[in-house]
Amino acid sequence: MTLRGHQSWIFENKPRIFGSASVVGPFEGQGPLANDFDIIHGDLMLGQSTWEKAENKLIEEAAKIAIESAGLTKEQIQFYVGGDLLNQIISSSFAARTLSIPYLGVFGACSTSMESLALASLIVNSGSAHYALAVTGSHNATAEKQFRYPTEYGSQKPPTAQYTVTGAGAAVVSKHGEGPLITSATIGRVIDMGITDPFNMGAAMAPAAVDTIQAHFRDLRIEPGHYDLIVTGDLAKVGYEIASELLKKHHIPMNQTDFRDCGMMIYDYENQSVQAGASGCGCSATVTYGHLLKQLRAGTWKRILVVATGALLSPISYQQGESIPCIAHAVSIEYDGTN
Amino acid sequence: MSEKQKKQKLTPVQQEYQALAKRIEPKRTTFKNCVRAFLSGGIICLIGECITKAFITWGGFTEKTAGNPTVAIMVLLSVILTSFGVYDKIAQWAGAGTAVPVTGFANSMASAAIEHRSEGVVLGVGGQMFKVAGPVIVFGTVAAFIVGIVHMILQFNGTGAGS
Repeated sequence: MTLRGHQSWIFENKPRIFGSASVVGPFEGQGPLANDFDIIHGDLMLGQSTWEKAENKLIEEAAKIAIESAGLTKEQIQFYVGGDLLNQIISSSFAARTLSIPYLGVFGACSTSMESLALASLIVNSGSAHYALAVTGSHNATAEKQFRYPTEYGSQKPPTAQYTVTGAGAAVVSKHGEGPLITSATIGRVIDMGITDPFNMGAAMAPAAVDTIQAHFRDLRIEPGHYDLIVTGDLAKVGYEIASELLKKHHIPMNQTDFRDCGMMIYDYENQSVQAGASGCGCSATVTYGHLLKQLRAGTWKRILVVATGALLSPISYQQGESIPCIAHAVSIEYDGTN
Repeated sequence: MSEKQKKQKLTPVQQEYQALAKRIEPKRTTFKNCVRAFLSGGIICLIGECITKAFITWGGFTEKTAGNPTVAIMVLLSVILTSFGVYDKIAQWAGAGTAVPVTGFANSMASAAIEHRSEGVVLGVGGQMFKVAGPVIVFGTVAAFIVGIVHMILQFNGTGAGS
């Protein structure tokens, strides 16, 4: 049985990441992880006529490169699971139109990266597909336009604000071949601590990350020391500090492991003005499928747990004064060089 | 809703969490922001003043008539800076300094117009241009109306007492 505990899956049939790709925009290309991305675009528009088309292209490119890197063609992929931040997840659905792979659109805000990877792994693990594709992406300008102000509008952002990543990440999950194993996943509950400020996503999302991390250890009966690295998706500086404090309060011995946040890894705080750090579903996707997988293959770590966090608000809900419900999904990835 | 009512709706766990989050969140640097706003806003006004003086000295305008062409030039400058993607960078440093003068108003309209150009000239540019600037116009007009009425009543009383 795949279910373990209350909300976790153990993938006993060893689904693995057979191919992966990460595509980013110019600003991410200036950051410290530049060498780990497959494509860095010099133009934020990606040569398209609108921001939305640019986001669509990011996702399509990531999907295509991931399929190529697995040595497959798109006809061989049975299912495509993906999502993004735009209303009605248009970027992913439009990419699915181009790719013409049977498609399941998912929305978990910035947690979509691990939500789609967990589902793709479940599909492959259950024998429902030979190959499943998980793709997630976001674009800074489309997210700003939809959730905040026009991109060129001069508003002063508070120090808790985060910068949406322009980028997309993709993974081909397969039962065969060579690549890092996806061993387990924990699906998160929606947690709402009553935070209403959309410029303070880190504080809103931190409790959801903590809840999922705790559930993962409880369900699998393991301790943080089981992993060489535990990364959260996009809590950034403020959310990361709060999460660390909460974990300490709940007596989770995080000092056994290396605890980091993707939102604090992709940009250079000194030279890039990003306030608290990065956000967006492209953040955890590009850092995981770019940086983390490369480091796993290089042997820096053997076991990692990626906990992607998402804020499930809409531009209407926060204007009506609703608080921000949040969610986090965790996926563990292992590689010992012989998989 | 008042701050107190809001608190009452939160559960004890939520209240405890928010207290923890508040403690860790970096505070807005209000004093620094005020100084920056004073400097940048002052510089913008100084530029405006120079343009006015130029119009009076070389353009044959009077103190009264130089105002309108000065505003036009300031708006033009702001729109150019917005179009080149510079205004929002300056604004992150300057805050209210670039938001309050007429240049900020121009920026709010130009940025919305650029942003929504892809949705068409009528529904995109026309429909969304006042997305950010709209409230300023609406409440500016309402405030002016109320102040106008108060002014009228006071004047009326004043003249009534005099006669």
